[in-house]
Amino acid sequence: MKPINRLKFMPVTAILAGAATLASAQINLYRQTTPGNTPPILVSVTGLSAQARRILEFDLYVQGFAFTNEGAAQYLISGGSGANLQARAIDRINRRTLVAKAYSGAGLPREVHAFADDFVEALGRKGIAQTKIAFRHDTGPGASEVYVADFDGYEVQGVTRDHALVDGPAWVPGRLALYYTSYRLFNPDIFYQDLVTGQRRVVAAYSGLNASPAVSPDGRRVAMILSKAGNPDVYVCDRDGSGLKQLTFTHQDQSSPCWSPDGKWICFAGKVRGRRMLCKVPASGGPVRRIVTAGASSPSEPDWSPDGKWIAFTAQWRDFAICVVPATGGEVFVLVNGEDPSWAPNSRTLVFTRRRGGRPILSLLDVPTKQVKDVTLISGSNSQPSWAK
Amino acid sequence: MKLTKFAKVTVLGSALTIAVAGCHRRPTPLTVLPQERGALIGDQAASGPSPGGTLNQGQPINSEQIGKEGIPTSNNFNPADMNQDRATLAADTVHFDFDSSVVKSSEQSNVDSVAAALKANTDAKLLIEGNCDERGTEQYNLALGERRALALREALALDGIDPLRIRTISYGKDKPVDPGHNPSAWAKNRRGDFVLLTPK
Repeated sequence: MKPINRLKFMPVTAILAGAATLASAQINLYRQTTPGNTPPILVSVTGLSAQARRILEFDLYVQGFAFTNEGAAQYLISGGSGANLQARAIDRINRRTLVAKAYSGAGLPREVHAFADDFVEALGRKGIAQTKIAFRHDTGPGASEVYVADFDGYEVQGVTRDHALVDGPAWVPGRLALYYTSYRLFNPDIFYQDLVTGQRRVVAAYSGLNASPAVSPDGRRVAMILSKAGNPDVYVCDRDGSGLKQLTFTHQDQSSPCWSPDGKWICFAGKVRGRRMLCKVPASGGPVRRIVTAGASSPSEPDWSPDGKWIAFTAQWRDFAICVVPATGGEVFVLVNGEDPSWAPNSRTLVFTRRRGGRPILSLLDVPTKQVKDVTLISGSNSQPSWAK
Repeated sequence: MKLTKFAKVTVLGSALTIAVAGCHRRPTPLTVLPQERGALIGDQAASGPSPGGTLNQGQPINSEQIGKEGIPTSNNFNPADMNQDRATLAADTVHFDFDSSVVKSSEQSNVDSVAAALKANTDAKLLIEGNCDERGTEQYNLALGERRALALREALALDGIDPLRIRTISYGKDKPVDPGHNPSAWAKNRRGDFVLLTPK
C-alpha cells in the first residue's frame, strides 16, 4: 500500500488570517498551521496513576499534544495518584499556573477527562474529552446496529437491536438523540430516536432510498437523500419529517449531505455529468454550486467543520483517503488513509473509519498534527462514525 | 509542583467549581462532577467497562405505525408483505461498469427477459435490488445502488412495464455476492438483482 502523503501539501493563508483574531494562546497554537504538518505541543505528565496518565495522554494526543520530559515541555502537568484526581497544569515558558484543581464524584476516567478539558480550555481551545460518538457496528453479514460511546471508546451502549441493516447515524446538536437509516421495515427508512426515553419514530419512509440524514446546527431541519422522485437527490424537512422540500433535481446519484455551521448551506457529494464533486446548495433552495477540491479524486462524504473553515471528506484513489479543503474550495490537504470523517466540536479532531486486518475500525485524527489514535476499546467491525456536537 | 501544596478540600454535592474560601494558602478549586454520565441517558446503573451500560434500546416498531403516525409515503405496496421469488429471475441479473449506473446494451436482453416475465404474470410485481462493489464509500454506494435500480426501472418502463409495479431498494456494498477483494469479485457485485413479488 503506497503512502498517500506523497502529494504536496499546499500552504493555506486563510487560516493564518483567521488566527490573527484569536486569543494569544490560540495564536501560539495556530501560527503557521497547515493541516497535516503542524508540530505538536509538548507536554510532560508526572505523578498521575498509570490509568489516569493513559486516559489523559489519549485525550491530549488526539488534540495535537505530544509527550516529553519536563525540561523540553511547554506545559507541565502533574497530579496525585489518589482515588480522586488532583492535577495541575503549568505553562513552563510563561511561568503561569493554568489549572490547579481536584476532581470528585464521577470516577477516575471522567475526572481525567474533565481535567483534560480544563487544561485545553485554559489554552483558549474547546475541549472534547467529554463528548460522545455514534457509529454502526456490524453484527453479521448484512446486519448491523447503531451504538454510541464516549469518543475514546469507553461506555459503549447499544441504540438499536433490530437485527437489520443500519446506516449513517447523525446526532441532533446538543441533544442525546439520533437520526439514522434502518432497514427494519424492509425499506431503508430514516428513524429518529430519543436516547433518553428510547422512543423513536419514522420520519421518512418514501418509496426507494431514504438515507444519510444530517441535522441542521439549530436542530430544526434534517437534510437527507431520497429517491422518491426517481433519482437519489438532496431533500430537507422539519425534524418530524414534515415540510419536505427537494433541493436538487438531477438524473444522477447525489449523496451524503451535511450542513454549514450557519445553517445556510447544505454540502453534499454530487455527481454532474458522471463526474463526482463536492457541491453546495442553499438550505432554502437555489442553484447548486461546486466546491473546488483541487487534487482530490472522487470526493464524497463531506463534513463541514463547526468553525466553518474546513470541509473534511473522503477521496478515492486506490485506497480511501481523509482530506480537508477550505470550505470556500481550493487545494486539498490529503491526510491519512481512511473514510467517512466526522468533525469533533473543536474543529480540529476527526473520527473516521479505517481498515485494520480486513475490518473497519474507528480512529481519531488530529488534523493539524496528523496524529492518529485508533479507538481500540470497541471491538468488531465499526464504521460511519458521527461525533456529537 | 508537589501536590501536597493543594489545599484540603471538602466534597460538596454540587456540580459547580468552587473556590475554597477562608484558606490562607492559594485557594484550590474543587470540581465536583455530576454522577455517571449514563444517568443523562436514562441509565441510573453504573456502566461497566466497554462494552457496558444499557442505553435504552429502541422501542419495537412495525410497519403499521408508518401510516398511523401520518408518515408521508408514496409506497403503493410493500415487498415485505408479498412472496419474494428470487429464483425465477436470478439469471437476469444485470451488471454495471465501475461507478456507473448506465444499463449497457449488452445487458438489454436481461431487461427484456424480466419485462416478458412481468407481462406474462400481470399479478406479479417486481423488486429491483441495486448493489455496488466495495470501491466506494458507504453513503455514496447507497445512492449509486439506488441509481442503478432506478436505471433498471427506467429500462423496464421503456419495455412497457408500469413503473408503479416496481419497487427499488439499494443495499450499497452491504450485500456482495462475492466477498473477494479483486476485479472479478467487484464485477460480480456491481449488479441489479430482480425479485419477483407475488401476492401471498
